[in-house]
Amino acid sequence: MALPSYTETRYRIWHYIYIAICSFVFFFLIAPLFVIFPLSFNAEEFLVFSEGMKNLDPDAFSLRWYKDMIYGTKNPWGLAAKNSFIIAIFATIGSIILGTLAALGLSSRHMPYKGIIMATLISPMIVPLIISGVAIFFFMAKAGLAATHTGIVLAHIILGTPFVVITVTATLSGFDHSVTRAAASLGSNPVNTFMKITLPLILPGVISGGLFAFVTSFDEVVVVLFLAGLENTTIPVQMWTGLREQLSPTILAVATCLILLSTLILVSAELLRRRSERLRGINR
Amino acid sequence: MSSETKQILTTDGIPLEVSLKKAEKKNKIRAFLLVAPLLLFLVITYIFPIGEMFTRSVDDRMVTNMLPKTFKAMEKWENLNELPPEEVYRGFYEDYKLLAENQQHGKLGQRLNKEKNGFNTITKKLFRQIKRKKIDESASLKEQINKIHKRWRNVEYWQAIKRTAPPYTAAKYLKGMDMYLAADGSIAQVDEDRRIHRILWLRTLEIAFFVTLFCFFMGYPIAHLLATLPMKYSNLLMICVLLPFWTSLLVRTASWMILLQQQGIVNDFFVMIGLVADDNRPEMMYNKVGTYVAMTQILLPFMVLPLYSVMKTISPSLMRAGKSLGGTPFVAFWKVYFPLTIPGIGAGCLLVFILAIGYYITPALVGGASGTLISNQIAFHMKTTLDWSFASAMGLMLLTGVLVIYWIYNKLVGVDNIKLG
Repeated sequence: MALPSYTETRYRIWHYIYIAICSFVFFFLIAPLFVIFPLSFNAEEFLVFSEGMKNLDPDAFSLRWYKDMIYGTKNPWGLAAKNSFIIAIFATIGSIILGTLAALGLSSRHMPYKGIIMATLISPMIVPLIISGVAIFFFMAKAGLAATHTGIVLAHIILGTPFVVITVTATLSGFDHSVTRAAASLGSNPVNTFMKITLPLILPGVISGGLFAFVTSFDEVVVVLFLAGLENTTIPVQMWTGLREQLSPTILAVATCLILLSTLILVSAELLRRRSERLRGINR
Repeated sequence: MSSETKQILTTDGIPLEVSLKKAEKKNKIRAFLLVAPLLLFLVITYIFPIGEMFTRSVDDRMVTNMLPKTFKAMEKWENLNELPPEEVYRGFYEDYKLLAENQQHGKLGQRLNKEKNGFNTITKKLFRQIKRKKIDESASLKEQINKIHKRWRNVEYWQAIKRTAPPYTAAKYLKGMDMYLAADGSIAQVDEDRRIHRILWLRTLEIAFFVTLFCFFMGYPIAHLLATLPMKYSNLLMICVLLPFWTSLLVRTASWMILLQQQGIVNDFFVMIGLVADDNRPEMMYNKVGTYVAMTQILLPFMVLPLYSVMKTISPSLMRAGKSLGGTPFVAFWKVYFPLTIPGIGAGCLLVFILAIGYYITPALVGGASGTLISNQIAFHMKTTLDWSFASAMGLMLLTGVLVIYWIYNKLVGVDNIKLG
């Protein structure tokens, strides 16, 4: 953003202030994430930068907290990671199926009561999590699903579907319906049309909605705290317990892994978005 | 054209209009069937349970079902400032005896004790008398019960029983606003030093408001920069917004806990530039400061993304036109650019406000005692005191607030215009 040479001094000053403010905000957003990296390699037990670390002394760095995370005695992270992935994968599959079907119905111009139904389907995203937690807990307790994986998966499907509905509806809004009509006129039945024509075209939207659902489930702690027993502990629940009791460097090792995972998800989400725009013929 | 046009028929001989309507109906049903599974699932597992929260929060049938004869007899109790007539005593005695036989009397004592302190003691005394068969059912029960404890002779205790008669109560909602139903049926305020809930509601609103404000003042400039920079730079900077957005909430809270602790980097920095003395480091965590800083950083992406998507659509030539027509850059910004971004501002602010008002995890970890919000109170009653009906009542009060904001949001931006990423 170079300024034209004729800019007056006061606007020039204002421009530099603006850049300074923006730099500060970007720093504020991203810097906290980078504090975790070096501290997770700390050789000591304290969560401050030791003198050795400040002098870049190699002995001050170690992988002991990563070892502790994986091999530590009585450590809960293995079970938590396994549960988190199982729950998130099943919740994502459920959200994708239910959400995509609903989005297809909602995008049809024949859909009655579109506004109120859309509002209902999106409500789990708007209602504060604590209220969703209480309500879902009442249901699961009555249905006998509290402290089971099934219960948590169902709860996460509730929380994840709004994201799928929104992304898929958005993808379908730029969808050229004449291609499905063309398929129908060529003798294809609706299921076949969906599998061969519609699905490949909306797939980026479906997957990116699925990514949202996956992250929602993988990161969700409020509802799980209400529902989970000791057997169903997940990574966020373990982090929550750890952060409340004592902040150990092992948590930072886990956090580093989670940041790497989110970077991976960010990259895939971004690639999907671009692919989706290309497929729908939106050029920027 | 004449109004009487010839009816058009399809090849099957059915009028076209009828045939079209039939097809339309089929399409409607097909669209609805696609939505039905999710709708049904949500209604059963989510919408009904929220309704159940409501019945739970107003449900007060326990005593109503325990003392049917008492309440029937109380219909004849006319002067409420005097002790009730013999029939009420008899009804209460019979109800209580039945409860004692079924081992339910303890629950009643506890429930009545909540209504009026000291009830548990006198119902236990009555229980002992019944157990030892010291009460003569043929004589006046009023005299005998009154002799058991002086509180039975106090009309306030009988009024308290009467107050529990209606099957539904708004008491939990009043409690949530630090009010209660006084003995004479009017609504009274609790003592000033015990008004904890009102403080929490106000603090929740205050924190949500200021977090929204901070997010706006920090989010607007960077959204503007992202929207005006050339694509190759803005994509890179967008990572700064999107990476925190995709990162676990607990990871971000943990990093703030490290940064803000007394020996943390922020305090180190303050000491280094000489703002505070090394032996007098301020406490920045476990209070409001921590809640504000952490929540602002966590919610900032939700402000930037809607703003960005609106600003992206504003053509840069508008600003140039404004300037070429004689406006200074400030005037051009204020009169041309800013009004065009208002939909984005509305979307971002309401989104952040709605999310902030229901925040739970971050305040619980970095908020300490002075930074906790209403959600923490709900969780406390769900998990610690197990007063689920009170938790439900507070949850629904919060929900009402959120739904009002959601409704405004829907009017202003429309829910189907929410953009993600």
